Amino acid sequence: MNSELLNIFIKSAFIENLALAYFLGMCSYLAVSKTVKTAFGLGLAVIFVLGITMPINWLISTFLLSESGLFGTDLTFLRLILFIAVIASMVQLVEMVVEKYSPSLYNSLGIFLPLITVNCAILGGSLFMVAKEYNFSESVAFGLGGGFGWFLAIIAIAAIREKIQYSNVPPALRGLGMAFILTGLMGMAFMSLMGIDPGAF
Amino acid sequence: MADTNVAVKEKESIIRFGKKERKLLTDPLDSNNPITVQVLGICSALAVTTLVNKAFVMAIAVVFVCMFANLFTSLLRNNIPKQVRMIVQLVIIAFLVTVVELTLKAINYPIYKELSVFIGLIITNCIIMGRLEAFAMANDPWKSTLDGIGNGLGYGIILIIVAAIREVFGKGSFFGYKLIGNTDEFLLNLGSWYAPNNLMVLFPSAMFVIGVLIWIHRSWNKDLIDVS
Repeated sequence: MNSELLNIFIKSAFIENLALAYFLGMCSYLAVSKTVKTAFGLGLAVIFVLGITMPINWLISTFLLSESGLFGTDLTFLRLILFIAVIASMVQLVEMVVEKYSPSLYNSLGIFLPLITVNCAILGGSLFMVAKEYNFSESVAFGLGGGFGWFLAIIAIAAIREKIQYSNVPPALRGLGMAFILTGLMGMAFMSLMGIDPGAF
Repeated sequence: MADTNVAVKEKESIIRFGKKERKLLTDPLDSNNPITVQVLGICSALAVTTLVNKAFVMAIAVVFVCMFANLFTSLLRNNIPKQVRMIVQLVIIAFLVTVVELTLKAINYPIYKELSVFIGLIITNCIIMGRLEAFAMANDPWKSTLDGIGNGLGYGIILIIVAAIREVFGKGSFFGYKLIGNTDEFLLNLGSWYAPNNLMVLFPSAMFVIGVLIWIHRSWNKDLIDVS
């Protein structure tokens, strides 16, 4: 049982990496990856929010929206609205809690905390979780693993982008264009992980 | 008295199409393009551009959602409390996306199946949220609607260009019709030397194609070059 959860964690972090295999959460990934320090803060916040919203959305889709749930009817057409409301309110809640109990972390995260609401990795993760029919503990592992994979990806690209400033890139390709091409190359590298059996770990 | 009358008249004739309004429509197509300049809405642009017809449906959906989300937010902008504005905006967007999702499911089920979660992910498409924050919260409904259409189209154009490149080189077809590659139906069989490149169908190629598009766009429009 435990090894199965570990499998899901490793699979969602490396083999089905949300950023580099599914290309989710690309907007903040490209916009916030200019320095490693900010990328680190955003990555941590994403792990946190994914880890919290995934089980909550699992409870909602199982006990409220499904046919065997509380209302006894199929309410899946409300899924998108409820999921995004949960994510938005969780982000708001996390923001308030962090501000109250750890002002230093709050200051280092800054604007990136509210930005997580529109990070498609979060909503995409929840939708994938429904599509893959995970149970409760598996959805926690999937959320944490997905967040960890995203964290690794954004740190990697930020480190490359910090170094590439010293290279002679054509002016029109500097910044954004180069970031796109780098992400493509990283995606190709991550594709080689596909097909690995997570049970081998 | 006379002055206020003029002001009222101007307010009534606010739906007009002058130079400023045209700029709202054309700017997002070039110098303020959502994808290549504002870097918004990348995720869906990467995922749905393997086939032109998928990209086409997605572009229409985004134009629709962007236009009406801008319009509704702009109508409500004076009544939304600042603290909860994100949730209100998201509910408006989620409502519109649900309408699109159910409509598409009814009209064209195969395409709906192929687009899968990415129709749902229009909610978190940063273009829509970004335009609501940056434009619709501060401008009147008519201008906001135009801005929504403009940004939707700017997004759609890039989407269709990328999809065209990827479909032609990856599958040897365009809009589902075989163009190059080994075809039996094709009269002259001109392109039979070309073997479809599978890499173009995979995700990383979208990154390369958009990266090169940005390169071309910036060498042609020099104001956009990143100085830092």
